[in-house]
Amino acid sequence: MASLELRGLTKSFGPLTVLHGVDLTLADGEMVVIVGASGCGKSTLLRLVAGLEQPSAGAVVLDGRDITQLDPAARDIAMVFQNYALYPHMSVFENMAYGLRIRRLPKAEIRNRVDHAAALLGIEGLLDRKPRALSGGQRQRVAMGRAIVREPKLFLFDEPLSNLDAKLRVQMRAEIRRLQRRLGVTSLYVTHDQVEAMTLGDRLVVMHEGRPVQVARPTEVFSRPADTYVAGFIGAPSMNFLPARLAQAGRAAALEVGPVIEFADAPRPGPEGRLLIIGIRPEHVTLLPAAEAARGLSLAVDLVEPLGSETLLHGRLPGGAALTVQLPGMVPVGDAVAVALPAASLHVFDAESGRRLDPAPATPPAWADAGEVAVRPE
Amino acid sequence: MERRTIFGGWLLPVAFVLPQLFVTIFFFLLPAGKAIYSSFTQTDAFGLHTRFIGLANFINLFADAGYRASFGRTAVFCALVTLLAMALALLLAVFADHEIRGRAIYRTLLIWPYAVAPAVSAVLWMFMMHPEVGILGRLLNRIGIPWNYSLNGIQALGLVIVAGAWTQVSYNFVFFLAGLQSIPASVIEAAHMDGARGFRRFRTIVMPLLMPTTFFLLIVNLVYAAFETFGTIMALTRGGPGEATETLVVKVYRDGVINLDLAGSSAQSVILMLIVIGLTAVQFRFLGRRTLS
Repeated sequence: MASLELRGLTKSFGPLTVLHGVDLTLADGEMVVIVGASGCGKSTLLRLVAGLEQPSAGAVVLDGRDITQLDPAARDIAMVFQNYALYPHMSVFENMAYGLRIRRLPKAEIRNRVDHAAALLGIEGLLDRKPRALSGGQRQRVAMGRAIVREPKLFLFDEPLSNLDAKLRVQMRAEIRRLQRRLGVTSLYVTHDQVEAMTLGDRLVVMHEGRPVQVARPTEVFSRPADTYVAGFIGAPSMNFLPARLAQAGRAAALEVGPVIEFADAPRPGPEGRLLIIGIRPEHVTLLPAAEAARGLSLAVDLVEPLGSETLLHGRLPGGAALTVQLPGMVPVGDAVAVALPAASLHVFDAESGRRLDPAPATPPAWADAGEVAVRPE
Repeated sequence: MERRTIFGGWLLPVAFVLPQLFVTIFFFLLPAGKAIYSSFTQTDAFGLHTRFIGLANFINLFADAGYRASFGRTAVFCALVTLLAMALALLLAVFADHEIRGRAIYRTLLIWPYAVAPAVSAVLWMFMMHPEVGILGRLLNRIGIPWNYSLNGIQALGLVIVAGAWTQVSYNFVFFLAGLQSIPASVIEAAHMDGARGFRRFRTIVMPLLMPTTFFLLIVNLVYAAFETFGTIMALTRGGPGEATETLVVKVYRDGVINLDLAGSSAQSVILMLIVIGLTAVQFRFLGRRTLS
């Protein structure tokens, strides 16, 4: 168990830079999830920490010790691979004992640790089997067991659940979280699945094009996304975005589709007419009764998806902008409905940079000690 | 998935199979049958009378010290050719498996020797090793190492072993490389993170996973060394000096075609046939059901 620190980690493959100076600190026992679309550099970041790739610049510091130049074999880091990477010619027991035998642990100690980990994972009965005689979920457990018995300073997870079917994934997700809490091992978990990210992480790192765009608690990422990328990436169905302009001396947004909505909180900075993007999550859009239709936006519905516990409406606003609405329960709807965008649920972004636009602070900004909130690139 | 085609009559399917049957019958079954038949007979010096003598040819063979010596020589030859060809190929394949610059060229070059005919390969080696015209042969003699494979039996055997192994290295290389590349990179990386480095990783992870390939190549190489090196040996040493490079196949040829002991030579070739059948059976037995998982 240890803390992990990444300092300006950069990786280029030839002329292509896939990681642009990543800084990140993991506290002892913390589980941080790196989430992003494929190709955002998240797997590369994990491989740099593992030592399977060498960074072009920057350092990996584990437990206060710079391990950037250290061979993966000497790092005391265990990794769970996406395809499990079990040794096909060894039994489950041998798979788990392999790393311990290399470290020349006494036989009794190896036996103990493997039995203990197997009991923890519920695979005691499988120790004599070969990997090919195991189901996907069982292989996944063995891969975890192999990491656990090592009692490493750091766990790395490289999309460990992506090869499992949906039901098993939910189950293993909860199990991984319980295990990690119980063992208290500092962990770095990479995934492209935002649900995994939201449920597993103490903190999230949302990566985009080789940069972490937001590092924060999952709830924070969801409720105060740092930019339009994060806002669109986290949450399903995705947030709706509507172009707008700053109006009424910063106190309101004039949507291009018509209405002017006054901000629920304080005014936003910037000149009148500043280009904005207004975001609103589908579940925050409300349906208006026919009598009040006049004060809402009319939505031409082109697709209704009844999901049982909720209903999704896909439609277009006047002018052609797409809007998705998520309504609780099963709702019968017609071809055209009137919707309202509650001011309290709006996210305001600068159209040019895509970054979140918060109300101008009354006092000089205290960004320096903003702590865990947004990571500002550049 | 099984694919079947149902033919209406019998004429068309027979026509499809006939060319292959023809080849098998005329180039394998008939000559082999003739060899088996003559291995049980004896013919007089003028070829006028033939009589059945049972196993006498075989008994004579194993009573002959020359034949037993050839058996031992062939065993040594096969073992060394196989060992050399496989070890070298594995080494080269391990290097070629790495991410190296120009690896496509490197790999292509390594595969070339396989396309060289045995006789041509023998001539290449002669130009290198001949004591008077060979580059290396002359060099050896000049620096005081007496080198003449047409007089020294040990040197001759060494030369045909190396020349025989050389062409086979390419073949083995292709299989070893394919075998190495079929091992998932993540398995190797997992072992690396488990603390296994370099040779240890190779011994405990790579080698066991290469076993099916290795076993397959072992059989193929033994068969190659025993039977297909005939051209190389004949072109380089003709089985000499004396009998120094006379393997079983060369002896069949010398005894039968040159010395015209047809019955004895037939008996020898029947024994060779049994060896091939045995090796093939072993191969099917172990590789038929074992696949890389």
